[in-house]
Amino acid sequence: MGSVASRLNVRVQNGVTRIEFVDRNILDETNIAQIGEEIGRIIDSQVNPKLLICFKGVEHLSSAALGTLITVNNRVRGKDGQMRLSDIDPQIYEVFKITKLNKIFQIHDTAEKALASFS
Amino acid sequence: MSGTPSKGDYSERTVLRNVQTDVEAVQSRVADSLAHFKYEGTEQFAIRLALEEGLTNAFRHGNKNDPAKSVRFLCRISAHEAYFEIEDEGPGFDPETVPDPTSDENIEIPSGRGIMLIRAYMSEVEYLKPGNRLRMLYRRP
Repeated sequence: MGSVASRLNVRVQNGVTRIEFVDRNILDETNIAQIGEEIGRIIDSQVNPKLLICFKGVEHLSSAALGTLITVNNRVRGKDGQMRLSDIDPQIYEVFKITKLNKIFQIHDTAEKALASFS
Repeated sequence: MSGTPSKGDYSERTVLRNVQTDVEAVQSRVADSLAHFKYEGTEQFAIRLALEEGLTNAFRHGNKNDPAKSVRFLCRISAHEAYFEIEDEGPGFDPETVPDPTSDENIEIPSGRGIMLIRAYMSEVEYLKPGNRLRMLYRRP
């Protein structure tokens, strides 16, 4: 039985887990479910998770992906953690604005600015 | 809602059975057609998102992911507009009963944003009764 390839690139930087996506399009529900599970394992492994989810290179994103981000955000907050989003393409940012999710997520232009915002 | 197809338009009528492979194939053909008619990047983004949401909803909520059920897809794309119909085999639903996902009490609920995005990005959207057939039109500015 072969292992499933990760859909994330993950590295830890100054105590913050920085997550980037392998896929340019985050649309397929099976992939989105896998992304949710992978991030969930990261959250489970930390006491007060600090996550930076970087959208560099992501061109499309569906409402199912937004749902997973909400679930992840709720889990991080449930562990008194912090979560930031960065490098969101302007067209995708518009999706966050339409759904008003830009009000519940802390979104920064760049990963560097997001990293600097963690307390 | 849709214009009569004229010579040179792209049209297709397909039965989709697999939410992964068939939806991706449809998206690819539609993208090729939009590029052929020189739709802008923002227009292609809007149509791709609305199609993704409409097709995914049909498989997931309409057909309840039943592999024995299929989704009927129709599109007509011209230099001026892109028209789509998506019909699932479910019992249908009343789109007016879907809660507003942007309200304070629903904003942190993970689901329920697909229809909102379709309405935001398409020029005209209509669910034909009993609600298992979506018609949507993108009209170029």
